[in-house]
Amino acid sequence: MPTQAEPDGPAIELRDATKRFRSSSGGVHTAVRNLDLAVRAGEFVAVVGPTGCGKSTTLSLVSGLEPPSAGEVLVHGRPVDGIPAGVGYMFQNDAVLPWRTVLDNVAAGPRYRGVAKREARERARDWVGRVGLGGFESYYPHQLSGGMRKRVALAQTLVNEPSILLMDEPFSALDVQTRGLMQDELLRLWAGDDPLGKGGGAAVVFVTHDLEEAVVLGDRVVVMTAGPATVKASFDVPLKRPRDAEEIRLTPEFLEIYREVWESLREEVQITRERSAGNAA
Amino acid sequence: MLLELDDHATAVAQARAAGRRRAFTVNAVRVLLVVAVLGSWELAATYWIDPFYYSKPSAIWDRLVDWFTTGTSQGSIWTQIAYTLEEALIGFVLGSVGGVVLGIVLGRSRFLSDVCAPFIKAANAIPRIILASLFVIWFGLGMSSKVATAFILVFFAVFFNAFQGAREVDRNLVNNARILGASRTAVLRTIVVPSATSWILASLHSAFGFAIIGAIVGEYSGADKGLGLLINHAQGTFDSAGIYAGMIIITVIALLAEWLLTLLERRLLRWRPPVAANEARI
Ligand SMILES: Nc1ncnc2c1ncn2[C@@H]1O[C@H](COP(=O)(O)OP(=O)(O)OP(=O)(O)O)[C@@H](O)[C@H]1O
Ligand SMILES: [Mg+2]
Repeated sequence: MPTQAEPDGPAIELRDATKRFRSSSGGVHTAVRNLDLAVRAGEFVAVVGPTGCGKSTTLSLVSGLEPPSAGEVLVHGRPVDGIPAGVGYMFQNDAVLPWRTVLDNVAAGPRYRGVAKREARERARDWVGRVGLGGFESYYPHQLSGGMRKRVALAQTLVNEPSILLMDEPFSALDVQTRGLMQDELLRLWAGDDPLGKGGGAAVVFVTHDLEEAVVLGDRVVVMTAGPATVKASFDVPLKRPRDAEEIRLTPEFLEIYREVWESLREEVQITRERSAGNAA
Repeated sequence: MLLELDDHATAVAQARAAGRRRAFTVNAVRVLLVVAVLGSWELAATYWIDPFYYSKPSAIWDRLVDWFTTGTSQGSIWTQIAYTLEEALIGFVLGSVGGVVLGIVLGRSRFLSDVCAPFIKAANAIPRIILASLFVIWFGLGMSSKVATAFILVFFAVFFNAFQGAREVDRNLVNNARILGASRTAVLRTIVVPSATSWILASLHSAFGFAIIGAIVGEYSGADKGLGLLINHAQGTFDSAGIYAGMIIITVIALLAEWLLTLLERRLLRWRPPVAANEARI
């Protein structure tokens, strides 16, 4: 799987990575096993897999929050040890600071990185506007809707201009309309000012439960096996960019690739379902 | 449309009026209760029970007036109040700072908290009031023995809350901050301390009460000034009105401190969603 003949190597590379956790009953639980995955700079990879298979764990390996139990994780060609420079990570759960206003939440990243307060706020104000929250700068998170909080988290991550962007089901809690809007916004922000709509250099790993979302957004859709996670298959998405998240779902090309990926994913979902039914019995 | 607006305005006005009426009734009943209790006490002490042991409201009032106009057996009442307050305040500040710092450090370090756990449990099981006597021997009759008593009472109250608060910090928030580029100290400063703040503030409410208790008990065990001494003196001369008067002064001080702390809490916890408006706050 490791891609060769790349001019300067993949942005993210997992080689035979394995992650085990100690389970509460005292045994060992393998969340990720022998996972190989490489993501090029500027590539948008969508990851789908049955629930509980180890998708979030995979992201935590790349982010450096958890070390692998075996195997290697490389970011920009260097083994991950601590949090690699250039990584942005939008967590599955809300992680905005409840005691900070929208503006100060977004300014947090630059502040931590040593930018002066005024400058950090300037940048934050810009990003708050870009995610469509202009006018809400002085609101506290509890005064925002769920969708708005997700936008804050998005701005908070993007203001650091990450070259590696990890997103863990960022839009799954949103209603269908808001989700469509956010997908479009994400694609627009990711593409940056590039008129061709290709990525501005950021490698994205986007975990989702929603296969439709995966196909709409990704250059490639990676299907994970039922836990422990490994890569089962990888599908290139031949849809042209720039894409309009709302329109593209209706094209025949979309349906074709969707069907193809779903064939692969369905088996794994089936396995997971049978397992949990077995556990419940 | 205009009609709807009108309706809305009337509804708001009605709700306001209802709220005001309710508040008035509540306050009126409160006043009645106080009058009833004090009145029956006064009557009972005049015609029925012995005011020598139980005193009576008018005697307590006279004593308060006497203290504030002509002074106490130990000198000016303000000197006594200032002295006790100073002890309590110093003990409170030192105790809270110590409790917060140690609580957060131990709360964030698994290793240190594992090492210290049995010692802290043991120290907490010591009846701390008894330490007041020990402190008098160690530090003498001056201010420092009272400060030490107040300190030890405040310290444990604050420590346990700060510890718990630092432990319960949302891992997600810490991870997010680390990804955003926060160093260890930045995580401590911007994530751990703010999320422990509501725990710590909750403990400060009772902690100031403890600081005053510490100072008074300290004075009780031996002192040359202060409200505790005044009460002790009143006890020695079977002056029950004096004991009540001292109690009232201390209560007023504690209520004032409570009020200040509530202001501080409002200021620091502005970000929190307001508690349901009609919820009773005790
Ligand atoms: N810190 C941990 N300690 C023990 N077990 C863990 C830990 N984190 C994850 N696991 C286990 O690893 C497995 C994979 O978890 P993970 O969160 O990666 O799944 P996921 O694919 O993201 O699921 P979902 O799609 O529901 O978010 C689960 O069985 C989970 O119980
Ligand atoms: Mg997950």
